Amino acid sequence: MSLQVFVLLTVTGLGLAGVYFLIASGLSLIFGLMDVLNLAHGLFFTVGSYATWWVMTRFGFIDSLALRFAVAVIVAAAFGLAVGWITERFFVRRFYGDHVTQILITLGLSLSGVALIGGWFSYDPQTFPLPELFRRVVLIAGARIPVSRLLILAISVVLLAALLTFLRRTRHGLIIRAGVENREMVQAMGIDVAKSFTLVFAIGGLLAAIGGVLGAVFFAGVTPEFGLNVLVFAFIVVVIGGLGSVEGTALSAVLVGLTQQYVNFFAGAGIGDLTVVILLAATLLLRPQGLLGEVAR
Amino acid sequence: MSATTAESSELSASAAIPPPRRSRVLPIVMLAVGLVFAVLPFVDLPLPGVFTGPLSSPGTLQILAIGLVFAGVAMSYDLLLGYTGLLSLGHALYFALGLYGTNLLMIHFELSYVVAVPIALLITLVVALLLGSVAMRVRGVAFAMVTLAFAEAFHVFVEADPARISGGEEGLSLAGAQVPDLLTGVVNTRWVYWLALTFALLSFVVCHQAVSSRAGRVWQAIRENEDRVELLGLIPFQFKLLSFGLSAVVAAGGGAVYLLLVRGATPGSASAVFTLNLIIMVVLGGLGRLWGAALGGLVFGYLQLRLPGVARSGVFDPLPAWLEGPLTEPLFILGALFVILVMFAPGGLASLPERLGLLRRGSR
Repeated sequence: MSLQVFVLLTVTGLGLAGVYFLIASGLSLIFGLMDVLNLAHGLFFTVGSYATWWVMTRFGFIDSLALRFAVAVIVAAAFGLAVGWITERFFVRRFYGDHVTQILITLGLSLSGVALIGGWFSYDPQTFPLPELFRRVVLIAGARIPVSRLLILAISVVLLAALLTFLRRTRHGLIIRAGVENREMVQAMGIDVAKSFTLVFAIGGLLAAIGGVLGAVFFAGVTPEFGLNVLVFAFIVVVIGGLGSVEGTALSAVLVGLTQQYVNFFAGAGIGDLTVVILLAATLLLRPQGLLGEVAR
Repeated sequence: MSATTAESSELSASAAIPPPRRSRVLPIVMLAVGLVFAVLPFVDLPLPGVFTGPLSSPGTLQILAIGLVFAGVAMSYDLLLGYTGLLSLGHALYFALGLYGTNLLMIHFELSYVVAVPIALLITLVVALLLGSVAMRVRGVAFAMVTLAFAEAFHVFVEADPARISGGEEGLSLAGAQVPDLLTGVVNTRWVYWLALTFALLSFVVCHQAVSSRAGRVWQAIRENEDRVELLGLIPFQFKLLSFGLSAVVAAGGGAVYLLLVRGATPGSASAVFTLNLIIMVVLGGLGRLWGAALGGLVFGYLQLRLPGVARSGVFDPLPAWLEGPLTEPLFILGALFVILVMFAPGGLASLPERLGLLRRGSR
């Protein structure tokens, strides 16, 4: 293979990894802290991508597309934060300790939320104008790389750094990390873990919504059901990375994104997705706790 | 299990599930319901609003037959989630294996439908046992994620169709020549309907026998406390795998009947959305009650096929556009109904009579 193709595939794969990471990291934290499998996470993603589409097509009063995109990111983040908060505060919280009901509630929210968006904006794929800058290409090792890919990568890396800093350097982050490790012990020390529950849902919603923004750029359009498709790969990323580990999620997102891109290119569309599932099966057989997970769940 | 003691991520659905009770009345009631369904093709009664044509019309029988297939598949799913406590998010895979498997065997090996179905069921069993034993390396939520991933891999495979056999996004149309004449054509809808009814009843008999058997008791014990079952000297893995395999085969049978009903196999049948719909059916009807799951499947099939028609008839036209759009989406109404039921009536539709005090005296 030529170097150019390799570089292009790598950058594209890393961009995809960024999208996966943003949706999977919240999922992993929510699961690690609360044992909740949040099926509404795909909805958070969809909310983010539709917020982008909405701002990009309806905010005509902002002339500069680049500025409009910046607004779109902020609006999407705000919507994601709000939807995540509402999901925890009004639905999931009512059923602590009852995992099946929590899963069922998030499932119902996910399906009706997606149908709501489909009913409002139709199920047809929607496209939106992107800033001119995004369509430019830069030359890296002779390969023509679209700027949008690099931007996706940059935003993901910045958010990864921000998330790790938050978890490692702040008091709330400390409580979340301690709660993932041993929730009972944290409670026994008189710390109200329930506050962190709302917080991780809000953060998860925010990250997934920004994932939705980047996903809309990456796949050049939005559809209501897209969040669910990405959610499946986010699940795979979470299980391979190890439930509850942000670093593991990042590592496994890169692994999954790159594998998918390389194999899909060389072996044909669809084979890459299958390979990722085989990767998952292999992880389960050899290391059921995931790459950086502590214990098998 | 409260939040403070939930150390493991094991799933416990016990809050919504009725205590085990051996019912002798249930099989008789189900057979009576089956008889009523069996004579429907002879009833020319028009039900305006409920169905567009009279009960005996092919269009109505088609809707009912799809509801019956959903009912049978929902019961097989109840075996997993309601009785064994296994949250599989990949049940669509086995339904789709029955659907695609039967059709592919008929197309490529020119087998007749009657021969192709048992082979497809056998293949499904082997696949289910293989994938099930890998997925059961992990428990609870991780198990749910892994089963979803396996099913999605199949979904992607039939949709992307790298081997050029499954027809891609368009899917495959039914290999009509291999199907007995009685089961093809609009005039014979009643025979396909009876086949769907037979499948639903068979699914009920198999599932009912299974959950009342000794293995069925162990399934329910695993649902309540898997570690304790292991402590008693039983190997939960074997029992869970049995439940997984059996429910997969029943689901594949549903797929084989569905193939005749919709006259083709499309990738949508293998999608995660189909599994999620199954969960809606089972929970809507009532977890851990076979008749509840069957009722959920029927109601779901009916609403999903009828709501778009109701929306087109202009009932919602006076409403503002922001309300009209979502209300024409069956999944919005079903999803919202589902959330409300889960929050306020965890036992589903099947628990409503008890909840309203109708059955309290009747059943002991």
